[in-house]
Amino acid sequence: MMEKVNQLKAAFAERLQNVADAQELETIRVEFLGKKGSVTGLLKDMKELGNEEKKAFGQLVNTLKNEITEAIAEKTQALGRLAIERQINSMPDFDLSAPPVLDRGSYHPITLVQRECEQVFRSMGFTVEDYSEIVTDYECFESLNIPKHHPARDMQDTYYLTNGQLLKSQTSAAQNAIYKKYRRALIEEGKPIKAVFPGRCFRNETTDACHENTFFQMEGVMVDKNISISNLIFFMKTMLSEVFKKDIKVRLRPGFFPFVEPGFELDISCLICGGEGCPSCKHSGWLELCPCGMIHPEVLKAGGIDPEEYTGFAFGLGMTRLAMMKYGIADIRDLNSGNLRCLCQFTQDA
Amino acid sequence: MFISMNWICDFVDLSGLDKMKLIQQFSLSTAEVENEIFQKGSDIDGIVAATILSVEPHPESKKLHLLKVDAGGAEPVDVVCGAPNVAVGMKTAFAPVGARIGEITITPRKLAGCTSNGMCCSESEIGLSDDHSGIMVITDDIPNGTPLKDVYQIDDIVFEVDNKSLTNRPDLWGHYGIAREFSALSGRPLKEIGTVDLTPYKDLPKVDMKIEDPLCYRYACIQIDNVSRTVSPVNMRIRLFYCGMRAINFLADITNYIMLEMGQPMHAFDSRKVEKIRIKRFEKEFEFQTLDKEMRRIDSDTLMICNGDTPVAIAGIMGGLDSEIVADTTALTLESACFDPVSIRKSTVRLAHRTDASMRYEKSLDPEMVGTAVGRFLRLLTDNDPGVTVISAFTDEYAYHYPKIAFDFTRAFLDRYTGIEISDETVLNTLHALGFGAELSGDTFSVTVPSWRGTKDVTMKADIIEEVTRIYGYDNFAVHTAESPLYPVQISTEKNVEDQLKDLLVKRYSLHEVHSYVWPYYDEFKALGIPVEDNIGLLNSTVVIRRSIAPTQLCQIRINTAFAPEFGIFEIGRIADGVNAETNLVNEKKMLCITLFSKTRTTEQLYYYLKDMIAVLADDIKHLPVRFAKAEASHAWQHPKNLNTVYVNETAVGEIGLPYPTIAEKIDKKAAIVYAEIDVEKLAAIPRAEIVYDEPSKYPEMEVDLTFLAPVFAPIGDAVRKVSSPLIKKLSMTDIYEDAQGKAITVRLLFADKEKTLTREEVNEVVDSIINTLKAENIALKQ
Repeated sequence: MMEKVNQLKAAFAERLQNVADAQELETIRVEFLGKKGSVTGLLKDMKELGNEEKKAFGQLVNTLKNEITEAIAEKTQALGRLAIERQINSMPDFDLSAPPVLDRGSYHPITLVQRECEQVFRSMGFTVEDYSEIVTDYECFESLNIPKHHPARDMQDTYYLTNGQLLKSQTSAAQNAIYKKYRRALIEEGKPIKAVFPGRCFRNETTDACHENTFFQMEGVMVDKNISISNLIFFMKTMLSEVFKKDIKVRLRPGFFPFVEPGFELDISCLICGGEGCPSCKHSGWLELCPCGMIHPEVLKAGGIDPEEYTGFAFGLGMTRLAMMKYGIADIRDLNSGNLRCLCQFTQDA
Repeated sequence: MFISMNWICDFVDLSGLDKMKLIQQFSLSTAEVENEIFQKGSDIDGIVAATILSVEPHPESKKLHLLKVDAGGAEPVDVVCGAPNVAVGMKTAFAPVGARIGEITITPRKLAGCTSNGMCCSESEIGLSDDHSGIMVITDDIPNGTPLKDVYQIDDIVFEVDNKSLTNRPDLWGHYGIAREFSALSGRPLKEIGTVDLTPYKDLPKVDMKIEDPLCYRYACIQIDNVSRTVSPVNMRIRLFYCGMRAINFLADITNYIMLEMGQPMHAFDSRKVEKIRIKRFEKEFEFQTLDKEMRRIDSDTLMICNGDTPVAIAGIMGGLDSEIVADTTALTLESACFDPVSIRKSTVRLAHRTDASMRYEKSLDPEMVGTAVGRFLRLLTDNDPGVTVISAFTDEYAYHYPKIAFDFTRAFLDRYTGIEISDETVLNTLHALGFGAELSGDTFSVTVPSWRGTKDVTMKADIIEEVTRIYGYDNFAVHTAESPLYPVQISTEKNVEDQLKDLLVKRYSLHEVHSYVWPYYDEFKALGIPVEDNIGLLNSTVVIRRSIAPTQLCQIRINTAFAPEFGIFEIGRIADGVNAETNLVNEKKMLCITLFSKTRTTEQLYYYLKDMIAVLADDIKHLPVRFAKAEASHAWQHPKNLNTVYVNETAVGEIGLPYPTIAEKIDKKAAIVYAEIDVEKLAAIPRAEIVYDEPSKYPEMEVDLTFLAPVFAPIGDAVRKVSSPLIKKLSMTDIYEDAQGKAITVRLLFADKEKTLTREEVNEVVDSIINTLKAENIALKQ
């Protein structure tokens, strides 16, 4: 009897050694441990044994059964490891040297520059406003202290429509509406007016690499009690340093714009040379950047704000020019071209 | 406009001061100075006066002459000269050996075999004018050998002021006004301008002159005889040349000189042609020849100077050819006048002819200058041509006076505006230096505005802030932040929606944002066969504003077909939907337009892709579902089929559709093109639905797939809604195909119950109910 057990044990060991996969192992398991398997078969022989022997033999078979079960379990694990190893080894190295397929969309460069500016202004407590492109003469000129015969109204500059309205020639056209929108909060609740309003503007110009009849500006105003020229200079310097992400020097020169008094042309230290003088600033060290000024008393009055009690400043930034400066776009016409070979490059979000 | 510092120094003594620094200060305090500043005369050195003693022909050359020249030395100098105007006894500009002209230092030089020890110079060669017809003729009595720089103002600093920065400053259109600024900036006094007193002529006969039109504010004239001088003094010619004008003749030069000096344009007529001066407009249009020999069309709005009824000059713009000073003119009538600035500007625009005079008049010149300029003219005339006689009284009609401007402002007003403290003394000194009357009493400043600043420029106290601060210097300002209360920033929904739309389309759908023009693309439309639709248009033009963005985008798609096999573009832009009849205002709309192009998908697939995109937009922005309803095409460029209105929350916000087949074919025969246009303002105005959290059931869910023989999904969706079982959590379409039996749609229903495990029976009951509902509508379950 013992012999049979040992034979079986040896046979199992031999079979196990040659097992290659899980399926074969299962066959073996059924062969030895199944209902009709050889280990089960051993028990059939027990009938012929005496009680004592039966007990001993039973233990022996049980031990064998346990041993085989354990060996199969171990082998199962080993085969699993082997399979994973084989799977790992058989996997090829992927080729990362090939150019990636991005298939990304793109923002218009004006959107990117505008968002960057908006972020700066929001961080300084400004609200961002939108305004229509077709406006009235009152909005674009009269409310801005631009008298009836000012050259800015001339037909060759402004696109008038047949109903007397016009395509806005400047973002300032939104000023009056913004004063009216926020004047109550200013006067009754003491909330200062702080707003920027980007927008598309139109001027009747012949287009070439440097001139467009359709372009973008962003205008900003701040109105409160005691807003001063000193505040204006501080604000412009701080704001522009944020926009250009470096410490900018600013200087003001008198500039004439009917809706501000005093009005200024603001120059910044040249972004290329930092003020030393280089070809891009025509060796002056300065770049003319944006008009600004103290809001004209008549403009405040037209917006329902008493200029004796409140003062404010206003400034205009040329978004189109900023975008061209930032990205080195040489031909302004690329911006409205719809040419995706140009525009698809502006994938990054502001 | 070019400014000569020598000229400025006639009126303000700047000796000992750094002139370049003052010019820089002027640029920061008054008006923009162009970068390049000219050091006139620096390119020549050692040029002297010399007399030609003899002229002999050159043995080898017909053009050249051999001269002996007295250049002030002990011996005459041998010079070879090619100028045609050489003559014995003539005094000229001479560059002896060692003199420098530009890069060249004069050395003895052989010319066709003869040695020349120096060079006789033309005015052009030494930079005094552009005359290179011959060598310079010096009529002044100067000892030979005298350096010309000692007698003539050749060395000068000349800078250019940007005319655009002077539009609001009529007083700065001449050197005297600029000198006043230098006076204020330097703290040196401003000298008076030298004039001749006109009162001694008051008993002479007056000129027959009458203003017959309110557009003429002031007209003054005087008649002068016996003018003998024809060529202007050298210094006058140099100044004119340095300031960008050329010398013509003595009389014309003085009028130009005064214009550059005072900013007052003047005109000299031949007295024979203006016996009866009338200033008026004509009712009928006519042709008029100006002194540049051009024929110009004069309309009823253009003010004319006339001799009786014969026009002789366009007021403030240009004189006529017929009344010009000519060779045999002996008596001249000098005009000094002031006109309505707007009228001059409009006439200039109509005539398309801008002159130095009109450029100044349109800035609102000070009429007070009119008389002073006549006195100045006589001063310059008599100083340089003592034999002239004045033959009329100073005749002056001053029809319109600008109102005198005066106002008060307080210390507090000034401090509030500037944000810094500027001393009383500085305020008063600055205003006085600029010619303002200014007094301080208590804390109130009383100001009177001088005539040259009172025509439009300075009208109120805010204007004074600029005067004080610009001279104080913005670089000298202490800067500080504003002290304003803090409140949360108000955010405009519409602006937010715009940003959200852009982000979603770029980041999720990889679309490209484009910009375009608000008018139709006429040529491109023609090429694609898109008719231009009637709409509100530009004044005096055939150009209209677009009614939709989609046609524009079809043009933009067309130029990009090679960009990628599949791509999409979008823009948030404006359209005009006609004019509101009641308000007469344009119905402007802000639209999002999306156009997709694909060579890899069918039109139907691309259409569904766009439809889902719109549903995602609505869900992202408003958390609301979209609904589509068939629409009738209303534009010729639209495909008549598959045009659908997009609804969000029962608001029609836009449409989705296809271009007309011929247009699509012209863009690309094999590609699919679909578009959608959404009204951004309408979408933004819809209230946003909040997220309502629905806790998932803890019991197992059950999915049931059903395939119906149905042409479209809609009735299936309707049937599911009709059954309205609370157990149905989701309905989706998983497949759509067509076989011999017809079109089949597979839908998947998800069942769940929060309270208990679902039973097969209750699910089947709902499913059967759906099947039966559809059966009643002749939609069968596919076997």
